[in-house]
Amino acid sequence: MKILVAVKQVATLDEDFEIRDDGKGVDPDYIDFEINEWDDYSYEEALRLMEESDGDVEVVPVTVGPAEADDVLRRCLAKGGERGIRIWDDAMEGSDPVAIARVLAKVVERENADMVFAGTLASDHSYSQTGVSVAATLGWPHVAVVNKLEYKPGDRTARVHRELESGLEEELNVECPAVLTIQLGINAPRYASLRGIKQAKNKAIEVLAHTDLGLSDDQVGEAGSLFRIRRMRIPEKGQAEFIEGTPAEQAAKLAEIINELRGA
Amino acid sequence: MGGIIVVAEHRRGELNPASLETITAARRLKQGKEQPIAVLLMAKDPDQYVAQLKIDGVDEVIKAVIPTEHFQADIYAATLQALMRERKPSVVLIPHSVDAWGYAPAVAALENCGCATDVFDFKYEGDELIAIRGGYAEKVYVEVDFPGKETVLLTVRGNTFEPAEGQGDPQVSSFEAPETKARTEHTGYIEPDSAGDVDIAQAEYMLSIGRGIGDEENVEQFQELADLVGFTLGCSRPIADNGWLPKSRQVGQSGKTVGSCKVYVAMGISGSVQHMAGMKHVSNIIAVNTDREASIFNIARYGVVADVFAIADELKNHFQ
Repeated sequence: MKILVAVKQVATLDEDFEIRDDGKGVDPDYIDFEINEWDDYSYEEALRLMEESDGDVEVVPVTVGPAEADDVLRRCLAKGGERGIRIWDDAMEGSDPVAIARVLAKVVERENADMVFAGTLASDHSYSQTGVSVAATLGWPHVAVVNKLEYKPGDRTARVHRELESGLEEELNVECPAVLTIQLGINAPRYASLRGIKQAKNKAIEVLAHTDLGLSDDQVGEAGSLFRIRRMRIPEKGQAEFIEGTPAEQAAKLAEIINELRGA
Repeated sequence: MGGIIVVAEHRRGELNPASLETITAARRLKQGKEQPIAVLLMAKDPDQYVAQLKIDGVDEVIKAVIPTEHFQADIYAATLQALMRERKPSVVLIPHSVDAWGYAPAVAALENCGCATDVFDFKYEGDELIAIRGGYAEKVYVEVDFPGKETVLLTVRGNTFEPAEGQGDPQVSSFEAPETKARTEHTGYIEPDSAGDVDIAQAEYMLSIGRGIGDEENVEQFQELADLVGFTLGCSRPIADNGWLPKSRQVGQSGKTVGSCKVYVAMGISGSVQHMAGMKHVSNIIAVNTDREASIFNIARYGVVADVFAIADELKNHFQ
């Protein structure tokens, strides 16, 4: 029984970042990387199933991205799991979530995985497409925005809660194997121990190119995508009136504003 | 062929208001182009929603009878795909809702059509459709295009377009949904556990806390502040996920929309899209945050760049 967990290294921007000269992205000098918050939860959920099993569940983190993205795999492996998979080559630059999903689906087949977890969305671009696209590509059942999972590895159905709007949830059964996209709050992700972090440095990361998975050049990158980035721009700032001064002065002004707004 | 298809959504017998917002988006998209707007309604008993969709600008309401009254991803996807194959629309617009997350990406991947999600604006440059969405936590706007795609599917951000109004007289037609195996089974709804708690949707004055407050033990001092000021305490997602405040206090897409709120004080909330969906309409937003670049300041009327604890302490002195 194998659970593949799709994880992503997401970009966050420094203050005063700049758009690249070609207008299609942010100048890399201003980009920092971290693991997508949602993926902490989906990896934790997989580890939970692994630890509750009789030792017959394997958890494998998979990511699509350049060499720096190894960090996100090692961060996962520091918490559990023995090996990770990273897929990248130059032709994959410009891949949208569907092109990424096509790659991930091939890995699922190659690994003969039994379940796939992915984050509901990623904090950088909030596409919320990848997990369900993997399912569609594989022809697998899927549930998006899962915030509770009851599943015994090997069972033919999983019982899940799907988070709806306004605090409402839906309870449903899903046929397995399935792709589940995991929502924040489904569990309390652990922190990696120092020992775990050290061990993770020596765990295996298999690096694959799209051609290793039998994909052609036009199935990845911009050619294999459903959209193309035309340009990026920095939005105009809102009209917030900033209250300056010491905290005491700011608070005094704030109290005045609050009383005025409430009185009106 | 061509034309715009809008997918209407509903839950437990009520039309999702985002369906009407998406019709407004369609009307705007149509401007200057001769393309009819058809609204697809997938339901066990579609008739109950038809009257609400007879809106000015809608040319056709397409009823597709499906075997379940609940959202089901496989059936929604297969039905929409079948309609797309028959009609070959130029654009499909779907509310960017929890349900859409469950099937829209599958439709796009399988039909290999153009696709962009969480779109809040769009335009034509010549005949070319360009969609606009946020990137890097809304710090940039990204314009995307769809070279060579005859059909483009967009999911439209909520609370962005006004709900469509005005009586119309669309043609009402039927579409036979393909027989589809549902691979999930609905077994029930779970109501939010808000027994005994205040309904923040009714609150006029709110003070909300977010990740910036750092620790559970700090919640109390903000509760005290809210009580002193006479505001209702709310929160963003991380606070509720950690169990520091009940889920019923959560403002945002998966929490509540604070529809009655007049003044909203956001402390230590940087402003995710999901949070702002529940409060950006409030006309008086006051944001306190250490990060001047936080996106909450883009929708706030007043901004304070400072330590939230220092401001909270000082504020208390003014409301004793």
